[in-house]
Amino acid sequence: MLSPTLLVLALVVFYPLVAAMRESFYESGQRLDADGFVVEGEWFAGLANYAGVAQQRFINAALNTTLFTVVTVSLEVVLGMAMALVMRRAFRGRAFLRASILVPWAVPTAVAGLMWKWIFQADGVANALLGTQILWTADGPWAKLAVIVADTWKTAPFVGLLVLAGLQIIPAEVYEAARVDGATPWQTFRRVTLPLVKPALLVAVLFRLMDALRIFDLPYVLVGPRKQSVETLSGLIWDEATRVHYGPASAYGTALFVYIAVIAFVFVKLLGADLLSDVRERRLSGRREGNARVA
Amino acid sequence: MHVWRRAGTIGIALYCLVPFYWMVVSSFRRTADIHDTTPLPSPWSLESYEAVFAADMGFGRSLLNSLVVAGVTTAVTLLVGTLAAYALARLSFRGKNVVLALVIAVSMFPGALLIVPLLKLFTAIGWINTYQAMIVPSMSFALPLTIWNLTTFFRQLPYELEQAAMIDGCTPFAAFRRVMLPLAAPGVFTTAILAFIATWNEFIIAVTMVNDQERQTATVRIAQFTGAAKFDTPFGTQMAAGVLVTLPLVLLVLFFQRRIVAGLTAGALK
Repeated sequence: MLSPTLLVLALVVFYPLVAAMRESFYESGQRLDADGFVVEGEWFAGLANYAGVAQQRFINAALNTTLFTVVTVSLEVVLGMAMALVMRRAFRGRAFLRASILVPWAVPTAVAGLMWKWIFQADGVANALLGTQILWTADGPWAKLAVIVADTWKTAPFVGLLVLAGLQIIPAEVYEAARVDGATPWQTFRRVTLPLVKPALLVAVLFRLMDALRIFDLPYVLVGPRKQSVETLSGLIWDEATRVHYGPASAYGTALFVYIAVIAFVFVKLLGADLLSDVRERRLSGRREGNARVA
Repeated sequence: MHVWRRAGTIGIALYCLVPFYWMVVSSFRRTADIHDTTPLPSPWSLESYEAVFAADMGFGRSLLNSLVVAGVTTAVTLLVGTLAAYALARLSFRGKNVVLALVIAVSMFPGALLIVPLLKLFTAIGWINTYQAMIVPSMSFALPLTIWNLTTFFRQLPYELEQAAMIDGCTPFAAFRRVMLPLAAPGVFTTAILAFIATWNEFIIAVTMVNDQERQTATVRIAQFTGAAKFDTPFGTQMAAGVLVTLPLVLLVLFFQRRIVAGLTAGALK
């Protein structure tokens, strides 16, 4: 029953992965052979394709990607946490709140890009409200901020939903105990809520980290492809690939893959014990609930 | 405290809806007063919507393309993924955890890495500008999502049901098909919605594998709308198109919000 899945994954993931890694060491095109004839083909190039990794464009893209990831994920965690805390207490208009929080998640990223591009136009509503004349979507430092705002808008509610699910499994008794012991709201948050919601929060952060590191469509649509101020690693790889520079594109792709893998590894290693024990626990309790429900 | 709670609720709703509201409002303005900043259009106009469906925009066609790509991807993914999820949830075999870990790892692969060799391959076999060039790579993210969600779901169903079915003479496969699958229908349905939305919103594959307007999906098409003059961005038209592309998803969200939230958090937490 697994074989169709493995076949599909082999075709659409493992083949490309291996092919890209191989490709990253090869060069193709035309060159002169030993006798001076022009031959067309592919030859081993060693690390030549990786030379670009040390160049300005790649470093710039890597810095942009890292900046976007660090800033947006931090903002999303803070905002998502706040949203979850509000939603847990909201009884009136709960369904409305849940529907509205799904809107940013459901809007396609490309559409969100267009939407914010319109809001951030030179004579758009953002400048009108702020009383400024900033060129948000032109290639420049403000474009970074525009991308960060748009990305945070789109994904903070998603983080909120994941954290809310974590909050909802905290038993009411621990809050009662905190109240009896005379804890202030801040103490309750710091000492009760935060430690108990941490596992859910970590999963959300891991998901968002992996997603943010491959960001592509938002800067592409909001500012444009090949714009230095917002070009991400995925953008750079896409650009090289569509110019048929498969060698460098594969090398950069492999580098991005390694970057993401290292971040995931470090994240799970540093915080992983928590993550795994939580997953196991939930699985057990989920199974128990399922049994109880049917019985 | 009540005041704060109320303020928080309103704050979240405003945060989520105001930018979207601005897109909707702008789409109903006339091109002449597209730059107005009044909260409601005056007068209301369908000019932008007429422009979207002008023949040379190819927007209707792109919606159809999106529907085909997202629909077929979802169907194939469910077919393949349901089997895998059932096996992962129920059968015990060697390397099961490896497969599960693999599925999660796969969903974290950067799309940009996958498109490089696939672009080369599809160019070689003449798949550029075809539906399958978008459908096949889309499974790289739709399939892990499906398997992960459905495995969680199958795990919550009690073993006893299949055991009863098998005692009554069902083969394991018949027990799966006749007993488990109908029970899992809500979970399969939720997963289908999530996979459909994910594929509908897909961008990097579609923008890479297709450059023919006739085959472009809606998300790519509207990003490439051009105005009468070359550097004149037709914002009204883009906003109207954006509303139309988002509308099916917003409807799904309104009808199935409870399930979608359950599916999203199940995939992430359990």
